[in-house]
This record gives sequence, C-alpha cells and structure tokens, in this order.
Amino acid sequence: MRTIFYIVQKEFIQVFRNRMMVLIIFLMPVIQLLILSFAVTYEIKEIRLYITDNDNSVSSRSLLRQFKSSPFYRITGEGNNAAEGMENIRKGKVHQMICILPGFEENLVNGAPARVQVINDAINGSAAALMNAYTVSIIGNYNAGIIAETAPEAQPAVKINWLYWFNPELDYKTYMIPGILVLLVTIIGMFLAGMNVVREKEIGTIEQINVTPIKKYQFIAGKLIPFWIIALFDLAAGLLMARLFFDIPILGNIPLIFLVASVYLIVVMGLGLFISTITNTQQQSMFMAWFFLVIFILMSGLFTPVESMPQWAKNINVINPIAYFIRMIRMIMLKGSDFPDIVNPLIYLTFYGITILSLAVWRYRKTT
Amino acid sequence: MATEVSIHCENLTKTYGSVTALAGISFKVSKGEIFGFIGPDGAGKTSLFRILATLLLPDNGTASVEGLDVVNDYKKLRHLLGYMPGRFSLYQDLSVAENLQFFAGIFKADINENYYLIRDIYEQIAPFARRRAGKLSGGMKQKLALCCALIHKPVVLILDEPTTGVDAISRQEFWEMLIRLKQEHITILVATPYMDEAVLCDRVALIQHGEIMAIDTPENITLAYPYQLFRIKSSNTLNTIRLMKEFEGILSAEMFGDTVHVSAEKGRINANAIIKYLSEKGMKVTAVSEADPGIEDCFIHLMKRSGVVSNKIKTP
Repeated sequence: MRTIFYIVQKEFIQVFRNRMMVLIIFLMPVIQLLILSFAVTYEIKEIRLYITDNDNSVSSRSLLRQFKSSPFYRITGEGNNAAEGMENIRKGKVHQMICILPGFEENLVNGAPARVQVINDAINGSAAALMNAYTVSIIGNYNAGIIAETAPEAQPAVKINWLYWFNPELDYKTYMIPGILVLLVTIIGMFLAGMNVVREKEIGTIEQINVTPIKKYQFIAGKLIPFWIIALFDLAAGLLMARLFFDIPILGNIPLIFLVASVYLIVVMGLGLFISTITNTQQQSMFMAWFFLVIFILMSGLFTPVESMPQWAKNINVINPIAYFIRMIRMIMLKGSDFPDIVNPLIYLTFYGITILSLAVWRYRKTT
Repeated sequence: MATEVSIHCENLTKTYGSVTALAGISFKVSKGEIFGFIGPDGAGKTSLFRILATLLLPDNGTASVEGLDVVNDYKKLRHLLGYMPGRFSLYQDLSVAENLQFFAGIFKADINENYYLIRDIYEQIAPFARRRAGKLSGGMKQKLALCCALIHKPVVLILDEPTTGVDAISRQEFWEMLIRLKQEHITILVATPYMDEAVLCDRVALIQHGEIMAIDTPENITLAYPYQLFRIKSSNTLNTIRLMKEFEGILSAEMFGDTVHVSAEKGRINANAIIKYLSEKGMKVTAVSEADPGIEDCFIHLMKRSGVVSNKIKTP
C-alpha cells in the first residue's frame, strides 16, 4: 500500500511540474465544452437557396415568400432558367435550388397535383438531408394552408400530436454535452496513464523501477490512480460547466454519474495501460490508442445513433466501453435514470474493467 | 582465497538474433570485492549486468547472486541489489531530494538509517537538493544515481559504466566512494571502458566479444604480460608507429596518447637500438625507455592473441 502511495505521489509531482500537462488538464474540459457544444451542431442556418420560378404566378410567389421570410434561408439567386441554378450548385455557390414548373397555379386551381422540384447539393449527406427536410416541411405547410382554404371540410384522417420526451426542444446541446463529457474522460483515461508508462520506457527510467521490488500490480495501480483522480476532477469541472453555462438538465443522481464514470475509467485506463505494455515508444502506443479510440467513438452513438447501425456493428459495440458509458450518462443526466435502470451495463463494465486491468498487469514485464 | 562467493556465473550465453552478446561467460566474485569488467563498447558488459540485475533472461547458463538464482529467485534478489544502468535513469523532472525519497520509499528503506552509506557523496550534491535531476551536471547525476542505488543498503552493487561521460575529478571522487563502500562489505560489480580505473579494482575481467579473456588482480594481469615494452616519445607519433612496425623483432606498436608503446620478445632489442633506428630514418626521438605494461597493453595483447583488433578502448 505504501509503495503505491509513493508512486502516486511521484506521478502527481511530475504532472504538476509539467506546465503543459497542467494546462491540458485544466483547460481541456473548458475548451472542449465551449468549442464543441457551440460549434458542433446539426442545425443549419443560412441555406443558400436559388429560386427558379417558371410559373411566376400569385401562387408560386406566395410559396416562395415563405422561404424568403424564413431565417434559415438566404436567397442567393432568382431567375427562370433552371440551368443557371444548376450551374450555381455545381460551382458550390448555392446549397439548394427550388424549381417551380410552368402551370403551377393552373394545376392548383384545377385540383391537379402541382409540381415543385427541390435539388440539393449532397456533398455533405447529412446536411443535404436536413436542408431537404426544412424545405419539404415549409412546402408541406403551404400545402396544408391551400387544403384548408380550398376544401375546409377535408380534415386529415389521422391527426398527429407529438412530444419529444427528455429533450422537449430537441436542443442539440442537451444531447451533445453528455457525450462530450464522455469524450473528455475517455481521452484522459486512455492516453495519460498509458502514455506515461511508455514514456518511462522511452526515457529509460523504467530500468531503475524494474530492479526494485515493486510488484506489477503496485506499478499499474500507481500509474492508474493519479490519472483516475484527474479524470474524475475534469468530469466534475465539466458537469459544473454544463450546469452553469449551458443549463443542461442533470435530472439523475450526481454520485451515480461518478460511480459510473469511475468504473468506466478503469476500463479505458486499463486499455491504455494494456497498450502501453505491448508497445515500446509513445508513437506506437499513440497510434494504437487512436485506432481503438476512433472506432469506439464513431460507433458509440455519440454522433450517429447506434439504432441505425447494421446488426454486426451493434454486435461489435458489445466490446465498446464508450457506447455503454454514453448510454448510461445520457440516461442518468437527461432521463433521471436510477441505479436499477443501469445496473446491467454497469455490471458488464465492471467485469470488463477487471479483465482488461488483469491483462495489463499480466502483460507488464519487468524482465525482457 | 577462502572467502564467500557473492556472484557466481556459469556458462552464461545471450544472443540477439545473429549477434552474440555473451558467448559462455563463467566467473565468481567474492563478497565485498570490487570486481571490474573492462572492455570496449559492445563487449557484452551491459547484457551481463542486466542479466545479473534480473532485467534480462539469459539464453543458457546459470547465474546466482548471494545464492539466489537470477531467473527463479528474482523477487528476493531485487531487495538485495543496487543497480545503476549505463544510461541515467532517474526522474529528470524530480528534484535531487525527491528522487532519493522516491527510491527509498519504494524499497521501504529509511533514509536516516542508511544515510551513513551515502553521506560522503550526498553531501556533495546536497547543495542542489532542490534542483531537478535533469539540470545536474554529468558527474552530479552519477553521484545522485549512486545514492539512489545505495539508499536501501544493497548487498550487491551493479554499476554499468558509472563514470562514462564524467569529468576526471568527479570520476576520482566516485571511485573514492566505491573504495569506501568496500568497507561496508558491499560487493561491487563495475563495468568501465577506462583502463586507469581497472587498477582500482580488486580483480578485473577483460571482456571482448562476449568472452572473458582474462580474470585476475590488476597486478597479476600486468605481470602476466609476456613481452618487453618500450615507450617512445617522438616528434611524429604516426610515422613512428609506421616505422616501428617495420623494425625487426617488434611485435606491436600502438599509440598511447602522444607516446608509442612497442613490444618485443624479452631481451631481443634495447632502447638504444630503437633510438638508432629511428634517427637513421630521420625521426626526432625525444625519449625511449623501458616501461612496465599497463592494463591497456595487456588488453591489446590479449585482444590480438584472440585475433581481434579493436581501437575502441578509451584512454582518459
């Protein structure tokens, strides 16, 4: 026990003596939360729209007025030549073109379907889908208005009322910030401890450690505990900021968040330490850690929903600690889930942590 | 000598791929002895020391330190060993005092209790106790490393080239320390490429290409030198070597700083003959004298006998 204390003490002295490290530890939660939560958003403002109106009637202008008055659109061009609009899309000057074909009003009056064409620049697929959804919903409103005007008796057969639970305004920040907190904790966990061990290998200080009677588990524990504390500290700072500056609801129990984070950290730090035992340079270990990190993050459900992944990908997520943690932390923060709701993934993570940490201790060699 | 054995190696071998680091090394070191390994870079000293420090597994052969096998009893052995790797391996970002406290801590040793062991050296670095180890000079670093290797009162001290890259005065101080430690009955195994340090050891092993060429006291090693040696001082050392190699009866001519050592069968030639020969060839000879062979002469002789020529031996 005392041996572990000496290693922990030494690590803390070294961390706080390294100005760069202190900066990273204290600024990372601030910068990540501020930048990512403001900058990373799926909302699209300022859709550059080109309008081709070949009908030029009262009805067509009435439809187009809806776009002109919307804060989401900026009309960058108008004309009656669709080819010119296409040229603009090709050059990347506009994002979207709406084409109203001749006979639009006539068809409306006659009760025949009036046709509108929407062309999107889908270089960025998800942006295109969003723009299209905005436009379609504006045209849908217009459509509903016409139906109400021309045939007030025709009410839709099914009327839908919807509510978004746990995030009623679909605020993107509410969804993202728990995920960013997860990223924060993950990066610290995965890199700091592991990289620290490889650094000792690179500088050669591990030689001097290896001849001492330090036991393997003491060494690994001594490397784990300091960064575990630092990561939990950063999580606390992040949660505080989320609460104070972003008004993110924390419905669940805060100690429960820390319990989950503590267990989760053991898994990612175990992974980082395991990588450190099988690599010799910081470069190798960095590459390997990033390899896992990128796969785990992209598959975790942070950016895209796990539900829309193919079955095999969902199966891979069984070994993805980030997926478990994101799910649990969102449940606790946004839904107010309690211990019984998350006990299963928590037990799984505990088991995972014990396994990976044992592997790291087993693989750590004091002799070559 | 009816003394107890501290280190015992039997036929140790170690290869890295096609490179042989140790080609079957056997030796014994008595308790409380300062035992030197003399040899150039790449002779196998570091591999041998790392095996004895339980950091490297030998391919074949056995080694025991204080009766404990380096492979099987490594856990017990690590309490008894003090090891100083060739490369400075303390924490550069910790201060002098912090390094010492850390190593005392993980060995569960009491600094005050063992302070007497390191007092003489530590007092030299104590004024810099708050300075980071990385900011110390080479000699200071080595003194600190020695303190850290000694703080748990090891029974055996393994020092891998502790004085390489250290200034002459620090080297001398360092050796004075080692000789004092001998009085504490600590067995000291030291590797060095410096021939002048060899004479300070109780016994030395001359090692080359993973093989021990000779083991004995420094006196006996020099006594066993079979030839007669002349030291020549002249205006042009390189030309002197070239000319002397053509001189009849000469076995070797080697450069030693600004002098040339030539060897010949005993009684075959004399100093006057050399002066005459060199003068005839137009060389300005300052002095020619008969000389007692040093460890370096013996090393070169043994190396040549084993068919290898190396000029990696360092003269201070």
